[in-house]
Amino acid sequence: MNDPVPSVPPKAPRWALWLPLVLFGGFVVLVLFGLLRPAEREVRSKMIGKPMPEFSLQPAVADRPGFARADMATGQPRLLNIFASWCIPCAVEAPQLLALKQAGVQIDGVAIRDQREDVEAFLARHGNPFARIGADNVSAIQFAIGSSGVPESFVIDGKGVIRYQHIGEIRPEHVPVILEKMKEAGR
Amino acid sequence: MSEFVKPKHQRLVLVLIALIALIGAGLLAAWALRNQASYFYVPADMMANPPEPDRAVRLGGMVEAGSIRTAADGVTIQFVVGDGKERVPVSFKGLAPDLFQENSGVVAEGKLAANGTFVADNLLAKHDEKYVPREMKDMTEAQARAAVAETQ
Amino acid sequence: MIAELGLAALWLAAALAALQLVAGALGLTARGAVLGTIVRPVAVVQGVLTLLSFAALMALFWQTDLSVKLVAANSHSAKPMLYKLAGAWGNHEGSMLLWVTIMGLAGSTVALVERRLPERTMLATLAGQAFVSLGFYAFLLLSSNPFERLNPAAPEGQGLNPLLQDPGLAFHPPTLYIGYVGLSVAFSFAIGALITREVGPAFARTMRPWVLGSWVFLTLGIVAGSYWAYYELGWGGWWFWDPVENASLMPWLAATALLHSVSVLAARNALRTWTMMLAVVAFSMSMVGTFLVRSGILTSVHAFAVDPERGSFILALLLINIGGALALFGLRAGTVTEGERFAMTSREGALVFNNVMLSAILGIVLLGTLYPLLAEAFGAQVSVGPPYFNPMGAVFVVPMLVVMGIGPLLRWRRDSLARVRLSVIVPLVLMLIAGIVLAMQGVAVLPLLGIALAAGLVVAAFLPLRGRKLRQVKLPLWGMVVAHFGVAVSLFGMACDSAYTTEKLVALREGDTVAVGPWQIDLVVIEPVAGPNWTALQATLSARYDGGSAVKLQPQSRSFWTPPQQTSESALETRWNGQLYAVLGERGEDGRWQLRLWWKPFVTMIWYGGILIALGGLLALIGRVLSDLRRGIARDKIAYRKLRQGR
Repeated sequence: MNDPVPSVPPKAPRWALWLPLVLFGGFVVLVLFGLLRPAEREVRSKMIGKPMPEFSLQPAVADRPGFARADMATGQPRLLNIFASWCIPCAVEAPQLLALKQAGVQIDGVAIRDQREDVEAFLARHGNPFARIGADNVSAIQFAIGSSGVPESFVIDGKGVIRYQHIGEIRPEHVPVILEKMKEAGR
Repeated sequence: MSEFVKPKHQRLVLVLIALIALIGAGLLAAWALRNQASYFYVPADMMANPPEPDRAVRLGGMVEAGSIRTAADGVTIQFVVGDGKERVPVSFKGLAPDLFQENSGVVAEGKLAANGTFVADNLLAKHDEKYVPREMKDMTEAQARAAVAETQ
Repeated sequence: MIAELGLAALWLAAALAALQLVAGALGLTARGAVLGTIVRPVAVVQGVLTLLSFAALMALFWQTDLSVKLVAANSHSAKPMLYKLAGAWGNHEGSMLLWVTIMGLAGSTVALVERRLPERTMLATLAGQAFVSLGFYAFLLLSSNPFERLNPAAPEGQGLNPLLQDPGLAFHPPTLYIGYVGLSVAFSFAIGALITREVGPAFARTMRPWVLGSWVFLTLGIVAGSYWAYYELGWGGWWFWDPVENASLMPWLAATALLHSVSVLAARNALRTWTMMLAVVAFSMSMVGTFLVRSGILTSVHAFAVDPERGSFILALLLINIGGALALFGLRAGTVTEGERFAMTSREGALVFNNVMLSAILGIVLLGTLYPLLAEAFGAQVSVGPPYFNPMGAVFVVPMLVVMGIGPLLRWRRDSLARVRLSVIVPLVLMLIAGIVLAMQGVAVLPLLGIALAAGLVVAAFLPLRGRKLRQVKLPLWGMVVAHFGVAVSLFGMACDSAYTTEKLVALREGDTVAVGPWQIDLVVIEPVAGPNWTALQATLSARYDGGSAVKLQPQSRSFWTPPQQTSESALETRWNGQLYAVLGERGEDGRWQLRLWWKPFVTMIWYGGILIALGGLLALIGRVLSDLRRGIARDKIAYRKLRQGR
């Protein structure tokens, strides 16, 4: 059994050594497809371009009124923001909402499955950009306008028609987009 | 085989055996996957092109308003899943998940019985910790698929 | 201040990793040899810095410092201390920091204690380790900084999610991570050996404790994860072939194969190339698993915060590390000289068989896990579940377990089955009897095979001890016996669960009685109870086993407010011969309550067996480390004597 170390490496099937790399390459192609696939995770509302459905929300906090469908058709475009005090991304987007308010946007909020004290604490902490805040404890308005999560924001034009939907938190880079959509809706 | 394989062949033989076994496993797996993977249907698909009776599949759609009925045994429920185009009656024996309710999305795992009822052995209505569930009204096919992306 | 300190330590550690990589690589060249001398100290300091950084994060969670974003998002001042601390790693950023910390400490340990390998291989290994770590440092520092501040500070944390307050969940991720990272050390050793072409028994002995250790942790992690899913999901099952579970199973399969092939390499200097490849594959599977779970490209019943961007980052790491390693393997493995030869009927032959079967199972699981993605590429939505995994797995598990019973009896190099035939008669007869009895009971094929095999293996596992003086049996052999016995026990539990479980789904009024298997169960009362942040409906069940005394079970249906959520709390009653499992459902319109009850004979054996497997690994690890220590001390003595003589 004591073979001398062969001077030439034995003729092993060299191609077999590359097989693992080839298989790995296949795996990478597959998952790249998975990663790059258009993000269907986000559910676009079918309601875009349609008027707001009928709804009426009780006020969520003491110092802001609730609102109903009729309040949306004011002749001015409005931003409808779906949020909740228990939602972390909502806290992240708070500065952007304040910035939008500064820029003259009228914002209405809907607090989803929330409690008055929690909403008040949330607003005290992150600022209150809302003109009106309705409470939606059964996600009714979410179903009605085709929103699938919190936070989401909708641009509603002066006639109460939904013009644009923003899914997820509004980050600083989204602010110009929203302003542009508001302007379009105002035309 | 108590003799040693010839020295220069041992590695080749081992590699070949391993390769044959692994390729065999791969082929077997591919065959089994074709037969055992459970496909996803929305009601319109299921009506147009029903799955074979014994095949486990998933059915996704909206639970129609007013359609949930509990049978006399108290644990079997019947309801209708729709996608805006077609409707499929579903029967399920078991504990429905907490988020299972009328007008919300559901994915049922089970088989289509000969009488056209979908017999489910599991219902999924999952949601993420930080977001409310993706419950939608007027679910289209694309939306149903998207809802499933979450519950799958 | 603590946050900044932690961040600074992390940056410094990353810089040292870069230095370690450069110095290690240059140290391999003739001109940079002097640089090689700093590699070990640098690795040690790097480990200390990562530990410091992690300690800083723990301190922030200890104090509930809400000016740190991660703490604010994942902790709460009202949480029990244990969960505050566990919160440090119960999230993406913290878990990645834990990962680099374990990796840094592992690197330090290698640098401090490992003296057996040629210094060039050590340099290449430590450089490899630094290379892998650098990727994770970049990930942490560039895209998931755990020390990010929140300005202004939050008034209260968001992380009071009671679902995550579970001791199992607190310790599950670190256990798996230690396993994964241990495999990264084996990976680095393989890279080092491939670079210097020094593959042999010394290399295998160096790598083996790391493989053993990580295998023990992976085993425990899987056992804990399975039990958690069993009692928490309330579905009565213990394994769902869910992507998250598969992600932890795949590295375990690869590590099991590696564990066995590294033993062949250490004892017999054979299977060199194969062991190299397995070392690469085992760590690859850890990373692939992490990637699949974190990227969200496969969805799962276990809720996980997913983020495609992070997925891309991990994929890039995968591509660089694994692609690079496999390319190196393709280039170098052909030039590694062939090891010793052996006959097919020999200990080596049996281990090769076991390795091929494990690899096949790994392939089956990987294919099944990725198939939904593949199908989607062709426009079909599918999911793959037990109807695929169970029979496909069995095709390979059954022959592997048969060989597991015989293999340890065979001699190294060459042997004949005729020699061991007398030894295996007892287990074979047991298997046959069990098989016939079960067939007469009408048990289905897979559970029948499982119980019969388990009956044979329970005896076969102890056969290697035959004819030995028990006091002289070395620890690693005990380890093997215990682990193989654990496999039999676990298999017995799985097969019994699927053969004998009885399930009842009923709607009851208070005072009604139902029978499940040997149990008589009364629904005594349903009443509301309240916890710190939930309210629940709680059923009180009074259960009698075979007319014996009554035990109380209290399954609940809980509602949480922050975040709004409903969960079922199952109730379990454990006996030596099985578990009674109760879940409370909803109240029907007619006032009856839905109850789901299972009697699962011997189901607990699944996890006891798993613990035995891990214990076996631990015994082997202790045995190997002790003998290494003894050998090291002896070597030092000789060196010392030589030194004195030289003087």
